[in-house]
Amino acid sequence: MVYLQLFIEFFQIGLFAIGGGPATIPFLMDIPNRYDWYEVADVANMLAVSESTPGPIGINMATYAGFNAAGFLGGIVATFSLVLPSLIVIILIAKLLDNFSKNIYVQSSFGMIRPAVTGLIATAVYGIFRTALFTDAAGEFQFPIVLVIVCMGYFALMNIKKLKKIHPAFWILCGAVMGIIFKM
Amino acid sequence: MKDLFALYAAFFRIGGLTFGGGLTMLPMLQHELVDKKHWVEEEDLLDYYAVGQCTPGIIAVNVATFVGYKKKGIPGAIFSTLGMISPSLIIVSIIALFLNEFMSNEYVAHAVAGIKVVVCALMLNTVFTMAKKTIKNYIGAIVCVLAFVVAMFTPVPTVLIVIAAGVFGILLTKIKKKEEGKK
Repeated sequence: MVYLQLFIEFFQIGLFAIGGGPATIPFLMDIPNRYDWYEVADVANMLAVSESTPGPIGINMATYAGFNAAGFLGGIVATFSLVLPSLIVIILIAKLLDNFSKNIYVQSSFGMIRPAVTGLIATAVYGIFRTALFTDAAGEFQFPIVLVIVCMGYFALMNIKKLKKIHPAFWILCGAVMGIIFKM
Repeated sequence: MKDLFALYAAFFRIGGLTFGGGLTMLPMLQHELVDKKHWVEEEDLLDYYAVGQCTPGIIAVNVATFVGYKKKGIPGAIFSTLGMISPSLIIVSIIALFLNEFMSNEYVAHAVAGIKVVVCALMLNTVFTMAKKTIKNYIGAIVCVLAFVVAMFTPVPTVLIVIAAGVFGILLTKIKKKEEGKK
């Protein structure tokens, strides 16, 4: 029952992905180990679509993953399951706790969860690098060094102050043009 | 009922017109909720953001739920959340449909390969920005590296790492308090 599985998986992600959209990536990288909804290599596509469409990235990722798993309805189920924990938790907090975010235990646990999540995202990004840059579908190497250099170049470009404000969608478009020109 | 639809429509606009989530959504929320509709005060919105960041889930959705709840109780929370996710559902589903069909096209395949390189650079950027924002002291840095190593080399589930980090944070505060008590 794919919808029930989608519900369980994405409810879990919604409950434990703390720190917003990017925190969902490690969980999404983990799913292909257990289900054949999409492959680890597809996560890079999912990210590209999510970054260049309106809406919160985490929601876009859930819709895309769910769609790949079980079509339109799958996208709906995955997205609803992802936001359900938020809905419950926020309503409880709004009801019960006035100064939730100022509570010492909340602050101290989240003070350590945030750096841990950063570490988890770094692991996920390494995984994306490995599938997107180093190997093609057959598992063979494709000019990895050239691609790594191009990627580093982009990274450097994005950190130049004036270019920082440029929208990710523009970079993604550049990447598409580059891919077509150089037949990557 | 009219209020509920107003909430749905407002968050539909916000979700459909902002790219990216989290903090990039703050200016749009301010414009729509504080300046235009006068539903919340500026400081309230920042408070909701603080809560949204330390509750599970997508930050932008958490803020929407919070505003909706404060405005119209549980139905308000539900309608706001639905408004926020509806544009994504529609747009991403359509793209996913076309992308899967067009992936066999040679040009699309080349374009996607190029896009993947950019996505890697974008993600590298995300990791660095998050590291700058989240690592406040050397203990945080150690926790970050530990989480990275554990996730990379052991099969420990992601969920457990998140929980362990939270428990560690609480223990740390308790130990600090005890030491302060001794002095």
